[in-house]
Amino acid sequence: MSSAEIATVQESEGFKIRWSDLAPFIALAVIVLLGALINSNFMSSNNMMNVITRSAFIAIIGVGATFVIATGGLDLSIGSMLAFVVGIMIMAMNAMAPSLGPWAIPAGALVALVVGSLCGLMNGLITTVGRIEPFIVTLGTMGIFRALITFMTDGGSLSIDRSLRAAYRPVYFGDFLGVPYPVIITVIVALLGAFILYRTKYGRHVTAVGSNSDVARFSGVHVGRVRTMAFVIQGFCVAVAAICYVPRLGAATPTTGQLWELQVITAAVIGGTLLRGGKAHIWGTVAGALILEVIANVMVLSDMVSEYLVAAVQGAIIIIAMLAHRFTNAR
Amino acid sequence: MKTRKKGTALLSAAIIVGTLTGATAQAQDKEFTIAVSIPAATHGWTGGVVFHAQEAEKQIEAAYPNIDVIVSTASSATAQVSSLEDLSATNTLDALVILPFTSEELTGPVEQVASNGTFITVVDRGLSDPSIQDLYVAGDNIAVGANTAEWLVEKLGGEGEIVVLRGIPTVIDDERIQGFRDVIDQSGIEILDIQYANWNQDEAFTLMQDYLAKYPNIDAVWANDDDMLLGVIEAVDQAGRTDIKYALGGNGMKQVIEMVMAGDERTPISTPYPPSMIASAIYMTAAQFAGQAPMRGSFKLDAPLITPENAEQFYFPGSPF
Repeated sequence: MSSAEIATVQESEGFKIRWSDLAPFIALAVIVLLGALINSNFMSSNNMMNVITRSAFIAIIGVGATFVIATGGLDLSIGSMLAFVVGIMIMAMNAMAPSLGPWAIPAGALVALVVGSLCGLMNGLITTVGRIEPFIVTLGTMGIFRALITFMTDGGSLSIDRSLRAAYRPVYFGDFLGVPYPVIITVIVALLGAFILYRTKYGRHVTAVGSNSDVARFSGVHVGRVRTMAFVIQGFCVAVAAICYVPRLGAATPTTGQLWELQVITAAVIGGTLLRGGKAHIWGTVAGALILEVIANVMVLSDMVSEYLVAAVQGAIIIIAMLAHRFTNAR
Repeated sequence: MKTRKKGTALLSAAIIVGTLTGATAQAQDKEFTIAVSIPAATHGWTGGVVFHAQEAEKQIEAAYPNIDVIVSTASSATAQVSSLEDLSATNTLDALVILPFTSEELTGPVEQVASNGTFITVVDRGLSDPSIQDLYVAGDNIAVGANTAEWLVEKLGGEGEIVVLRGIPTVIDDERIQGFRDVIDQSGIEILDIQYANWNQDEAFTLMQDYLAKYPNIDAVWANDDDMLLGVIEAVDQAGRTDIKYALGGNGMKQVIEMVMAGDERTPISTPYPPSMIASAIYMTAAQFAGQAPMRGSFKLDAPLITPENAEQFYFPGSPF
């Protein structure tokens, strides 16, 4: 009885929020329209495909970040973690290439998923068991992961074995029925994320912990476990992004994934996930990632802004998008 | 066990040196300490600096047993100031070879070290007050841009449409762009676009994709660093564009030199801004003490074109860059 009640409450709530939930998509549509007006090449299928494929990394990591942020946490280490996972993956693949041949690619990908999840678990356990602010914990691990990748590359670059390069390339550049693989992977990750967040008990616990951890604890939710699990999901998503990332340039450098954490958090917040936790919007995050990538693309395609001022205009657009979001939310 | 072995080896080496140089032992008796302060390996080029500094340390210590080289890396300007203080507090420095993080912040601290009578060698980035240094070793960023531009003007016959990717807003980046633009402006070549890609492969890939979408015809592309060039080439290959005749970089990165050696048609040249300049500086400083060869003054490394013929001289397979 009570569970049925909860279900109906949720459904009606879901319907009520829907209008404001559309805000990131409306913002995306406006920016796309703007782009089309500025340069006719913007709408060309080539450009569209490039931009959508490129946004896959931020979108995939963003799905994980949505979980962490929804529990009231924050993960600053994701950019460095990506670089670290990419480095480990390339080293693993190169080491296995002589014995396994092309099978080194799925084997390396598996290694990446395990390493990524463990990195997330580490962040989660230090945060929950050690009872330290996630901001500080992940600031620390951010430095650790960045230093490790710099160490692994000797400050230079770490390239994937030539024999694997050709076989692995299609994972980023190839497509299935015209849809690039990274886009398909993004959709699968987002579908899974949405299912876990909106359709499972764990998902309900995530938002419950984020909106009020004390109430959640009194209701019998294991707050620490929920938070830790969110970090593991984040690590897993970082590894999935790494799997899509390596075939693009085939190398890891100390600058790989630099400042991506800020882009990911921005994408999640633009998408309607509350930074203080309690409200998560998976598809909004995906839209947020697209918005960021489209803005950058439009900046290059337009000739209106001096190269020195591009970042300022990008920043202004993001703030305006957030203000518009707030405005629609208030209604 | 291991240390004892090393100790014995050192001892026997000292004995051998002692007997061999018996006659000149008097002059060799004095020990010299050269400190080398450089940025930590945070990207390809500085990775190369660290590599070459460590190589030079080994070679010089092997060649001149009475010279001790201490290499210290720092991850920021403040960290470099602290490491300078630590170095001069714990050692009597006969010479300091420094690649300053920033000119302004390091000028005072280096002056402090110089006031103790330490020989100062400045590499790459000059200090705000050049009178502090005894020796200055640097590459020529303007020439990196200008020499590439001259080659391009000749190959394109003085006309065409090109795009440029620039790095992180710094003096180095400004000088390369200035040298390039000065030469290009004299010709009929049009620069369609210049944008920042922060010396980052990913950003260069993204930016090049956008350039390709924006301009239906591009005759050549110049990325003012080889790291970025690798991203550019990936984007061009993926788009399958054949209008791009030349994709050029600069800096002399290992992978790009390999392309030049292989006779790549799209990337037939590069221009060096070699991280090995730190080794030149350490060697010259060592010569000041070991060989009594006067080494005061400024030494500017040229930026000659790297071609398939001379690429071998710029190729260090062991270097990370």
